[in-house]
Amino acid sequence: MENQFSQEQKSSEVIVVTSGKGGVGKTTTSANVGTGLAKSGKKVCLIDTDIGLRNLDVVMGLENRIVYNLVDVVEGNCRVKQALIRDKRHPGLYLMPSAQTRDKSAVTPGQMVKVIEHLKEQFDYIILDCPAGIEQGFQNAIAGADRALVVTTPEVSAIRDADRIIGLLEANGFKQMDLIINRLRMDMVRRGDMMSAQDVVDILAVPLIGIIPDDENVVISTNQGEPLVGGASPAGQAYANVVQRVEGKEVPFLNFEKGISFWTRVTGIFHKI
Amino acid sequence: MRNFFHRKSSRQIAKDRLKILLISDRVNCSPEMMELIKTDIAKVISKYMKIDAENMEIQINTKGNKAERAAKPSLYASIPIVDMQKIHGD
Repeated sequence: MENQFSQEQKSSEVIVVTSGKGGVGKTTTSANVGTGLAKSGKKVCLIDTDIGLRNLDVVMGLENRIVYNLVDVVEGNCRVKQALIRDKRHPGLYLMPSAQTRDKSAVTPGQMVKVIEHLKEQFDYIILDCPAGIEQGFQNAIAGADRALVVTTPEVSAIRDADRIIGLLEANGFKQMDLIINRLRMDMVRRGDMMSAQDVVDILAVPLIGIIPDDENVVISTNQGEPLVGGASPAGQAYANVVQRVEGKEVPFLNFEKGISFWTRVTGIFHKI
Repeated sequence: MRNFFHRKSSRQIAKDRLKILLISDRVNCSPEMMELIKTDIAKVISKYMKIDAENMEIQINTKGNKAERAAKPSLYASIPIVDMQKIHGD
């Protein structure tokens, strides 16, 4: 974006993963996108901003290695580096866990911005896992971010909340917002019992960056604490494609994403509304 | 209205419901305010003709199919007229 001195000094990207509604797959998406970026050689820091209800550590399988957390950092109980857990399976992947015994008011948006500014020096990507809702936890999560991944499922309630979130992101000056449609079931779409990806994109009017099929392997991978991105499962492949699109590569949509028009494929990648 | 919707797939029902829901969400118009607007419109129209205020409906909507974020919403009112006579009777 700005003048670069060399290619190595590429400015880092801060991405918030948000949805409004709970249980649509924010944490799963954060874990998989973060892990996928690390697998492709990037330095990635995942931050769990859901204070009081931390989950990203369990999904990542790093729950036993927590010493310090985000609240410790902002309160000055430790240095930023001490709170970062290195994922031994993927070089370049780090997690800053949230605090489990505190509430959202323990951190302010200003403090979040400071922590992120510090992390930007060392990482290519900072992925913020946003809590559900539109209160302080949401404000904290979006404060330092310059890009958003909005996760929704093809259900009325999730789409309504996603629309509200998109409105709030726009009001907060976000220019780049991309949509991930999670848990799509093509068999139901074909029967006429589920909205298609195209339907959801038409309604929300933001560019599409990924469609994740409803896949039992997601549950299995969460059980094991190992994100499935890059694996052979449908969801693993879909997340691998999301990762590439996040990096700015043009990747065709997978088979189960069929039924989506050429218009969406093109605009989904390039068009910014 | 119900019979009409019953023939549609649940996918279509979801789309139709969302389109209407999101438009009123986006214009940030509370149900209370919609109710006030409705009462006021009924009051004004009643000056000129006899209407069925119970069955009147108002809705904020955008023209066309696409719920474009930038599209300008408009207010639609459906007001059943009971008696046109009042227009001339006054």
